[in-house]
Amino acid sequence: MMEVPLFLRGILVITGKNMRLYYTKPPVLMFGVLFPLFMFFAFFVGRHLDLTTFFPAFLAMMLFFTASSVGPLITPWEKREKTYERLLSYPVTQDSIILGDVTAGAIFGIGISLLVWIASALFIPVAVMNTGLFVLAFILGTLSCAALGVLLASPAADSPPNVMIFSNLIRFPLIFISGIFVPLVDMQGWGLALAYCSPLTYLVDLFNAAMSGKSAFSPFIDCGVLILVSAGFILAARVIQKRNMMKGM
Amino acid sequence: MNAIQVEHLCKRFGTVTAVNDVSLTVREGETFGFLGPNGAGKTTTIRLLTGVLTPDAGSVRINGIDIHRHPLDAKMQMGVIPESSTVYGDLSAEQNLHLSAKMYGMPRAVREKRIDGILLQLGLNEKRRFLVRTFSKGMKQRVSIACAIIHLPRVLILDEPTSGLDVQSRRLVIETIHHMNEQGSTIFLTTHNIEEANTLCQTVCIINKGKIVAQDSPERLKKMFDTTQSVEVSFDRTVTRDLFAAEGILRAEPCGDKWRLYTDNPDWILKYLVGCAERESLGITSLTTSGPSLEEAFVHLTECA
Repeated sequence: MMEVPLFLRGILVITGKNMRLYYTKPPVLMFGVLFPLFMFFAFFVGRHLDLTTFFPAFLAMMLFFTASSVGPLITPWEKREKTYERLLSYPVTQDSIILGDVTAGAIFGIGISLLVWIASALFIPVAVMNTGLFVLAFILGTLSCAALGVLLASPAADSPPNVMIFSNLIRFPLIFISGIFVPLVDMQGWGLALAYCSPLTYLVDLFNAAMSGKSAFSPFIDCGVLILVSAGFILAARVIQKRNMMKGM
Repeated sequence: MNAIQVEHLCKRFGTVTAVNDVSLTVREGETFGFLGPNGAGKTTTIRLLTGVLTPDAGSVRINGIDIHRHPLDAKMQMGVIPESSTVYGDLSAEQNLHLSAKMYGMPRAVREKRIDGILLQLGLNEKRRFLVRTFSKGMKQRVSIACAIIHLPRVLILDEPTSGLDVQSRRLVIETIHHMNEQGSTIFLTTHNIEEANTLCQTVCIINKGKIVAQDSPERLKKMFDTTQSVEVSFDRTVTRDLFAAEGILRAEPCGDKWRLYTDNPDWILKYLVGCAERESLGITSLTTSGPSLEEAFVHLTECA
């Protein structure tokens, strides 16, 4: 049986299809690119903040928004256009579709965030103290955020606007509790407890460790949490989508 | 080996049993018609056959491969045309075909040659670079068919492929089905068009309320019922129903500019009509007889069940 090569090829072709079809869709550009830039201008510009200190948090926010903006769109869009059914009749499984969607989101996140980092480096000193950790932060960050995006699209909905609204309902609160606008060291009580629950906190912390060498947790903890939540999000998406398939949704 | 082997397939949605213990066999190279009224379970069965849905019980084998145990290997054998023309509107016809061909792992050189051929065959060559969302329904359906047959599948599954199409597109679709069957593909077809099933299929299976109610050749199915025969006649002048008030005519129905007369004895009715025409100085412009129809068998089976 030749299932493994077929499975991997399915992921590759679905990723290519997603990149071609969804990267330029207005909701992705709006919530994935413009929105984090607006947030940056709203919170950081003109407030006499040390941009170099806040840059790792801004980069984490950018990566979070970009990588998690593609996933919520794909499945509802394909269900509405009825192409999802055709996709399932090709030699692919639901797992290859989920992983193809996660990969497309992750590549989008890496691409846009790298561009932002390169462009920012021209204007402000954004040194990287640990290149390996920086690359790891990019990879694990995009993976976990893209997996979150796919999980948010998993409920059986065929209306992209509804799913985008739902996904923003989850994503927006996360940026306020994850040490982006208020550093983790300045948080206390409930705020700190909530920050510990947000996966974005560990990504911000990992970027801090890689770029300034200062972090609240050990990079091993940050990486471990990001790996665990990525796996958790993918597994949860898998369970929900399998359940939908059993119900014919 | 059978191309499709379905055993005791069941699918429930909540309290509704959409497919209830369905078993059927489609021989290799056969054109198999799957008929049923709306909501009978045709599309659910197709979704189970193509691995889109997971059954509650039972098994489906495509060329001997269990689709739920080895879905990728089984799907490689198949081409599927879902109910509505489900192709990517934001891609061109050519890009849709490239995507399908990549899904089946066709090498680039083979892919390009095959795409050129198939676009010509389905009359899409001139619009190959146009976005599919600008196409008419018939053209979208042709792209959908092209995507399903790009890899010359051994089993082609079509869910109402001619529904809502104009005459030209319908003919093209039927020609393509014939062509694929001649090339050795097994065809599994659902349709609402009984005449289409009658002319295309070697075996017809009728499903109603999720259960198979009959499976045989169209001719045998027709003979299963003691149906009446009919004669269609038209005259050079308008006539009234009174002309057909005779003992051997069971029922007379106007049918456009013709009358359809139901009888147990078509031989007698022909002589009667000729006699009438002579007596009333009428000219017979057309006269055709037809035997028991598959439509009547279908109606009988799905109404009685």
